[in-house]
Amino acid sequence: MKNKKRIVMDAEGIDRSLTRIAYEILEKNKGLNDLVLIGIRTGGVYLAYRLRKKIAAIEGIEVPLGILDITLYRDDLSRINKKPRIGKTEIAFSLDNMKVVLVDDVLFTGRTIRAAMDALIDFGRPRLIQLAVLIDRGHRELPIRADFVGKNLPSSLWEDVSVNLTEKNGADEVVIEPETEE
Amino acid sequence: MLGIRDLSREEIILVLDTADSFIEVSTREIKKVPTLRGKTIVNLFYEASTRTRTSFEIAGKRLSADTINISSTTSSVVKGETLIDTARNLEAMNPDVIVIRHSAAGAPHLLAGLVKQSVINAGDGAHEHPTQALLDMMTIRAKKGRIENLRIAIVGDIAHSRVARSNIYGLKTMGAQVAVAGPATMLPRDMEHMGVEVHSSLEKALAGADVVMMLRIQIERQHQNIFPSLREYARHFCLNRQNIALAKQDVLVMHPGPINRGVEIAPEIADGPFSVILNQVTNGVAVRMALLYLLTGGKG
Repeated sequence: MKNKKRIVMDAEGIDRSLTRIAYEILEKNKGLNDLVLIGIRTGGVYLAYRLRKKIAAIEGIEVPLGILDITLYRDDLSRINKKPRIGKTEIAFSLDNMKVVLVDDVLFTGRTIRAAMDALIDFGRPRLIQLAVLIDRGHRELPIRADFVGKNLPSSLWEDVSVNLTEKNGADEVVIEPETEE
Repeated sequence: MLGIRDLSREEIILVLDTADSFIEVSTREIKKVPTLRGKTIVNLFYEASTRTRTSFEIAGKRLSADTINISSTTSSVVKGETLIDTARNLEAMNPDVIVIRHSAAGAPHLLAGLVKQSVINAGDGAHEHPTQALLDMMTIRAKKGRIENLRIAIVGDIAHSRVARSNIYGLKTMGAQVAVAGPATMLPRDMEHMGVEVHSSLEKALAGADVVMMLRIQIERQHQNIFPSLREYARHFCLNRQNIALAKQDVLVMHPGPINRGVEIAPEIADGPFSVILNQVTNGVAVRMALLYLLTGGKG
């Protein structure tokens, strides 16, 4: 096993992927009527803001954007000892009859997305929910797939995939590396 | 969770941050999250309570836990069952959290030593009322943006007040300056050791205060001769339009409830623009949700 980290996507790559995803969202939904973006804390939130900017650059309109923290909906809370910190959920609009595009950085087991969908449905009855992710690394444990994917990244279960963003931790890059020993 | 005295600054901040995130759940149309599904919370109340008991019950229910209320007047306590026997029987039904209010200081500690469940103190005698202090600190932080270096006056029957005691521990830990005021019969002798200023006049404690916490005068204690009459108490210690001018212009007025209008606080102040009394109640649900979330599940 190669024991060092590899950059699999750089800043330009991330930007091009997001531009393409923005166009695909508009194409698939035939414009932005009733369209809202919901970013999943924390990585998905930054990507949702970037997508909103890209969509605004194309269509000239800012779509509503919400922030979702899925911690309260996790399926492993009673198994873990230390409770994860809870972030704020900020969805200042009704989701009834809206077309919701969920945004996250990495799609992996699908459990986060399951939790996110349960949470969204507590906020109303969206007309549909779509999923946009920057990286799909496989290894699904639930029947979930993304509608918009930046890059399919075949990975081993013993590797960590992280999306670094300037808003979060310095440089725009997607990194894959052997799992860090705990 | 037995008292604020045991909590570090970091632990208090964790509870307050978590509570801030829980505020949003109570504003939803569907005010419920599945976090504590399948957990059972017993509210064991040996003393009368509206706010605290309801607040714990709502907090548990909004987290999808099953909450059961036991009050002393309708339970086997009236048949003479002791706290220890009640606790062992409750434990045998395997709840996850026991919330207890008791007139005897130390009752929650006794209970925590007996049962394997998490125990939350909802007020024990004149000892501590930690969830009240946490919701008070949450309210102050939300309105002022900080607790550190604020001047906070606590006024009333300090000696018999678990609210005052828990708040003093918490506020000192968070770096606030605390001044207390009350008639000499209501001030404990060892007060200075807690690191607070002690005043026998309301005006001195109010001077320059960022926050004023008025305590409820326990009318039921009047027969113990600690104050001559409500009217005399009100003449010296009622927060009103005149004396509030001594505090800072943006002072917050707080009260743990239930309020005695015209005794410790004038109605126009309780309902006035400085009052955050109802914000305290709203925040109480969030603080209790935060504690229930943090205290259930794995051990550690």
